[in-house]
Amino acid sequence: MFDGIERRVVSLWFPRLASDRALRLNPIDGPFALTLKENNANRIYCLNAAAEAQGLHKGMTYSDARAFCPDLRSHVAHPPEDQRFLQGLRRWATRYCPWVGLEGEDGLVLDITGSTHLFGGEGAMLAQMRNRLARAGMTVRIGLGDTRGAAWALARHGEGIAPAGAMLDAIGSLPVAALRLGAETSVALQRLGIRKVRELAATPRAPLTRRFGPAALMRLDQALGDQPEEISPQAEPPHYGVRLTLPEPIGLIGDVMAGIQGLLGQLCPKLQAQEVGARRLCVTLGRVDRDSQQVELRLARPLHDPHRILPLFERGLKDLDAGFGIERLRLEATVVEPLPARQINHVSAGRKDKLDDLISRLGTRVGLENIQRFLPADSHIPERSFIISPAAYSEPVRHWCPARPRPVVLFAPEPIAGRTPHPPQRFRWRRMALTTGRAIGPERICPEWWLEDEAWRSGLRDYWRVETQEGRRLWLFFTPQAPGWFVQGEFA
Amino acid sequence: MVQSSLPFPLVEGRAHEVCGAGAYSFAFALAAARGGQVLWVRETWEVARVNPDGFATFMDPADLLLCNAQSQLEALAVTEEALRSGAVALVIVSLTKPLGLTEGRRLQLAAKEGKSIALALIPEGMGSNAAETRWRCTPHFDADECANDRAGDSTLQRWELIKNKSGTLGVWYVRWDRASRRLAMVSPAGK
Repeated sequence: MFDGIERRVVSLWFPRLASDRALRLNPIDGPFALTLKENNANRIYCLNAAAEAQGLHKGMTYSDARAFCPDLRSHVAHPPEDQRFLQGLRRWATRYCPWVGLEGEDGLVLDITGSTHLFGGEGAMLAQMRNRLARAGMTVRIGLGDTRGAAWALARHGEGIAPAGAMLDAIGSLPVAALRLGAETSVALQRLGIRKVRELAATPRAPLTRRFGPAALMRLDQALGDQPEEISPQAEPPHYGVRLTLPEPIGLIGDVMAGIQGLLGQLCPKLQAQEVGARRLCVTLGRVDRDSQQVELRLARPLHDPHRILPLFERGLKDLDAGFGIERLRLEATVVEPLPARQINHVSAGRKDKLDDLISRLGTRVGLENIQRFLPADSHIPERSFIISPAAYSEPVRHWCPARPRPVVLFAPEPIAGRTPHPPQRFRWRRMALTTGRAIGPERICPEWWLEDEAWRSGLRDYWRVETQEGRRLWLFFTPQAPGWFVQGEFA
Repeated sequence: MVQSSLPFPLVEGRAHEVCGAGAYSFAFALAAARGGQVLWVRETWEVARVNPDGFATFMDPADLLLCNAQSQLEALAVTEEALRSGAVALVIVSLTKPLGLTEGRRLQLAAKEGKSIALALIPEGMGSNAAETRWRCTPHFDADECANDRAGDSTLQRWELIKNKSGTLGVWYVRWDRASRRLAMVSPAGK
């Protein structure tokens, strides 16, 4: 299938991936183990060679391990971090070939067909891998074969290089478990007296398929190369950064804007292709004297239109020191959000976009958090019946329907004189002498006992709408549990 | 005396000023009459909070954006930028210090460019010479028991036009009608 080029596959197995990772961060001499809580028992998840030499093994309960080996040091395992680390190793392994896939939870598989000569042959390549991984503190078992199955078998059961075209000779003497069979199948095969791969290959196929199903022989065929097996390389996550190097340093704002326009012209198609929009952009301007300056732009809405983003950079560039000139520009979308393509209609689009751009522009001046809007909240306490949230991170909510008349302005309660339950006939508020003309109420509001609120310590409140002879209509309340009158708002 | 008609909503593309205890009602009545998005610029330390449940009878709170500025200078810069963009129909800005001629004129030019209205809420007696109109709004006690209920709970206001660059001055008694969401002229009893 490759026109005479032999397919060659490397399988890397990291038998101590988790503990090696932990020891890289925090080197410890002597026995060390990672524990993981399963079924209400702390079990050993991964351990180092020193601990294994003491007779500990994976899956053992931690208390037993402590009894065997009192000076055992341990940490709690963190499998998601291990997976992230394995992804890092996968990225590293692309230095040997572009075709790198994951093999289970603790292995990698590399299709090195046609790239070995770059490293001086297969042996040299494997030696280099082993050296580099050892320097990084990783224990590794490496297998090399014509097929993924053979490489896997060699990595897990006796390392080695299988010469091209002789898979059965290379893995024939390995146990049947080397064929990636389930534990049940391999035990059953051993009970039948089939212990080695070679013996399995020599057994008549039809009875085996009847007894074990097609899976067992499929694994054998895959290992020997009679059936194909793919390696799925993972897609690199998209990178939203572009750069521009200039032959001559520039210093004018217009020139920098032209540079950013060019960069946006490259970045925005990338964003559009992935259906995402930039929420935060960062321009790094490298100066001739090796110094660099950054301009950050935060947007009110995810955007991927160059002509809308470009003018928003103007303000950030204004107070920039170009020094002896700028020679490198780098534009990166540091935060992106999904922005699927939308149907354009003639009614809504323009006005809303204009408002979003305005929010972004004002945000560069006063900070995006300081542009806010009101959202309704579910509470009958007047000051908690709405929340104020940043406009850039919330959608407006229509249909407000206050059940009762509420004042247009609210302030912190201001005490006035009076101790009787009926509103005082005359009172002084903010150094004004006021006379009650008409009073409507009371409306009783109870504190929310499930929330701790200093202002509502005085208990129940009886709210009154008081129209004063002087004209102002105030919202007064009386606290029957601690008699006193307060002004909390003014009606419109 | 023949009362001239109330020049409301205010002239578009200009900056106006309002003072007095009823300034908030005036601002919301203008926002309601004008429609569209409204930006309210204020300084961070301002204690009085507008209550969306209260002004929902004037306008939809979803149409109001708040902007907290660190200082009056920043508030004016934000106001100018918003006016110029034309994305909002009305920009309300609370001022605490008197405006100079330059700042007042800049607001006028910005409002003209964006075809929007600037409304400055000013303390009594701190108007700028550049303002198109200046209003003093004071609430007025209504002796008529039922009038308030008919309008659906709103304050009778005395709106006094104390400066007008392109017209006469005047005094009007108005009341916001909640049901019809419009301004109702009232002839005060005993006046």
